[in-house]
Amino acid sequence: MSLTSRRALMLAPLGLAVAGGAGFYGMLRGIGTGSYDPRGVPSVLIGRTPPDFALPPLPDSGKSGFAAAELRDLPGPVLVNYWASWCVPCIIEHPQLMRLSREGVPIWGINYKDKPRDAGAFLARHGDPFARLAMDEPGRVAIDWGVYGVPETYFIDRQGIIRWRWAGPVTPEVLDGDIRPLLRRYA
Amino acid sequence: MIGELGHFALALAFVLALAQTVLPLWGAARRDGRMMAAAGPLAHGHLLACAAAFGALLYVFAVNDTSVVNVVQNSHSAKPMLYKLAGAWGNHEGSMVLWVLILALCGGAVAGFGRDLPTALKARVLGVLGLVAAGFLLFILVTSNPFGRVWPPPADGQGLNPVLQDPGLAFHPPLLYLGYVGFAVTFAFAVAALLEGRVDAAWGRWVRPWALAAWSFLTLGIALGSWWAYYELGWGGYWFWDPVENASLLPWLAGTALLHSAVVVEKREALKVWTVLLALLAFGFSLLGTFLVRSGVLNSVHAFANDPERGVFILGLLVFYIGGAFALFAWRGPAMAPTGMFSPLSREGGLVLNNLLLCSAAAVVLVGTLWPMFADLLFDQKISVGPPFFNTAILPLTVPLVLAMAAGPLLSWKRARLWPVLERLWWAALGAATALLLCLFLAGWRVGPALGFGAAIWLILGALADLADRIALFRRPAAAWSRAGGLPRAAWGAALAHAGLGVTLLGIAGMGLATDHLSAMRPGQSVALGGYQWRLDKVEDAIGPNWSARRATVTVLRDGATVTVLHPERRFFPVGRSTTTEAAIHTGLSGDLYAVLGEEQDGAAVLRLHHNLLAPWIWLGALIMALGGAISLTDRRIRVAAPASKRAAALAAKA
Repeated sequence: MSLTSRRALMLAPLGLAVAGGAGFYGMLRGIGTGSYDPRGVPSVLIGRTPPDFALPPLPDSGKSGFAAAELRDLPGPVLVNYWASWCVPCIIEHPQLMRLSREGVPIWGINYKDKPRDAGAFLARHGDPFARLAMDEPGRVAIDWGVYGVPETYFIDRQGIIRWRWAGPVTPEVLDGDIRPLLRRYA
Repeated sequence: MIGELGHFALALAFVLALAQTVLPLWGAARRDGRMMAAAGPLAHGHLLACAAAFGALLYVFAVNDTSVVNVVQNSHSAKPMLYKLAGAWGNHEGSMVLWVLILALCGGAVAGFGRDLPTALKARVLGVLGLVAAGFLLFILVTSNPFGRVWPPPADGQGLNPVLQDPGLAFHPPLLYLGYVGFAVTFAFAVAALLEGRVDAAWGRWVRPWALAAWSFLTLGIALGSWWAYYELGWGGYWFWDPVENASLLPWLAGTALLHSAVVVEKREALKVWTVLLALLAFGFSLLGTFLVRSGVLNSVHAFANDPERGVFILGLLVFYIGGAFALFAWRGPAMAPTGMFSPLSREGGLVLNNLLLCSAAAVVLVGTLWPMFADLLFDQKISVGPPFFNTAILPLTVPLVLAMAAGPLLSWKRARLWPVLERLWWAALGAATALLLCLFLAGWRVGPALGFGAAIWLILGALADLADRIALFRRPAAAWSRAGGLPRAAWGAALAHAGLGVTLLGIAGMGLATDHLSAMRPGQSVALGGYQWRLDKVEDAIGPNWSARRATVTVLRDGATVTVLHPERRFFPVGRSTTTEAAIHTGLSGDLYAVLGEEQDGAAVLRLHHNLLAPWIWLGALIMALGGAISLTDRRIRVAAPASKRAAALAAKA
């Protein structure tokens, strides 16, 4: 290999590092201005009703599934939570869901791309916060909702309009900072 | 008061680190012996200051000083002492202090053990280490003060995340950091070599032990994290291809490649430029992991407090160190002429193959981890790259890697012939084929586990064949024992580490055949699983230091005889108002008996029972790999550095 091509080759790591650095800087700037959000795009569904769907219940859960029509004319606001037993952040958010459910907030779960057995085992182990529990095994309804990944939580008011969406685990901070004010506002 | 002393110690450490950078590097450039000699004492002073800061941090956590913000956010008086202390490094600020402490320890070790290092090289290595430390100390002082006060102090802390109260998690970060930071030393050696414009066998001899030590710790750290995920998450998963897991795997892959190419530099003075690049990469990946975890650019359970401000600072450090090192590499690298010719089929060739495969694996992991982020940034596309991608992309690289791993150590340097090697490995191949067929016969048509068993046996027997060949066990059995004593420990270590990977593969293959059972049981009922009878005896209340629990008693029987009694629990933590499940695990050589207690209803308890075949071998294998690294570290070549033995030889010649 000639010296020039050796030289060019040895510049490659620097070039890659600079390009990567510029990309990361763009991401950090984007977080600041809101144009880059690692937790997902702001949902286009905010202020609208959920897309039409009807999902079967999770087998052996003893719960009923639900359809879009049932998310209208509710007695109170409802949280719709996409989750899966294989999702690690779902374990982090689970205590918060359990707490909400103990306080009487209805949480309608949609089990996403999961095996019913695994989902049942997850709930048996960590507790079951869901008032209703549907299963979206092919994940098609999740696509209509624009779900970015699990866990993801939607706040739906009593008219059935999506008011808020959170991609990522519901941490105690999210619970106190977002969900409780929403519950008060739309109670 | 103690907190302020700790803060002051950090500032002092920063100043000492700056001095440790400027004086030796300047001295090395000017050939000034006195300035170069300042490196050692400065490194030791810097270590003392960092140790004082870390001690102060441990103290404020141990006494639960709630006037310190960090303690309020991350600790609680009801925590057991171990977790109070572990809480000191379980958060962003504290973990950075641990990071700089370990870096200072490495610097102190280079200064202390490196008496035989050439003065200029030692000064440059310590100077670069000082520069790295100064950057991170500045980061702590400017953006992440661990000793910030809050007034009036709250009555007690808030930090009591019960999921994180776990011995595995308490020691996972320190081990991981020992690995990451260990690669800072090889990085410093690489930069020093670029500054000097010279890489020789002696350099390889100095880099190898550091790469080995860092690699061993990183292996243990990764294994501990995976073990935690296994028993905490509890459905048989041990690796999830989570971005943060990948971030720890990247330096491991680069470090493994470095470990092997450094051997070539040491023995044959070939692959020099490549080895330098790997040393830069290994540390670059470590820093990349730090950046990804702490800046908030990715969404992961492992992520610390997400703060773009901090992200910009770490990115600045990353670009400065890695960009700077790569610029130096582009400038000085071409001048390092390639030396040491070898034919493709030789030990060197085998190690090159190893490097190519490991680096390809690292590239796959890197692309899979970063691509979703860059796709989002550049094309506004949300994609997720999951386990299916990694599994399908890594497998084709693993197969040749495993095949070559057993054969490589049997190849001779410079030029080798394939036939004698295959001749020595035929019984390993026979064993592997037997294991593969046996698995297919016993467990049905399960290709994955069968391949895993075959690969595992191939590696373990291959390592044995290597040892048997070196001590001439079959050719001259009488002298084998004495030859075994004379075999370099590096050879033992290498064989052990290769066999360790085989043991890990055994565990992974076994986990492919794991079985489980979920049912609601009443006391007295029993179920059959994995050849065992599992009987629920009772469910009762139990009380711990900061929790109350429901505890089940499950007796596991085999052929009517009690094997073990398991006590799975569901714990309720009043302070955090959260519940955790504590799986009960009985670990044996043939696998884990694993029981999880779920909810109770109408006198019946939901129990999830697992029979995880060979599961503990996954982590046992990692332990063996790390042990191989440790044994290799005690090799005579490393204990007695070459310059010293030359000096001794010169003295002997004079006498």
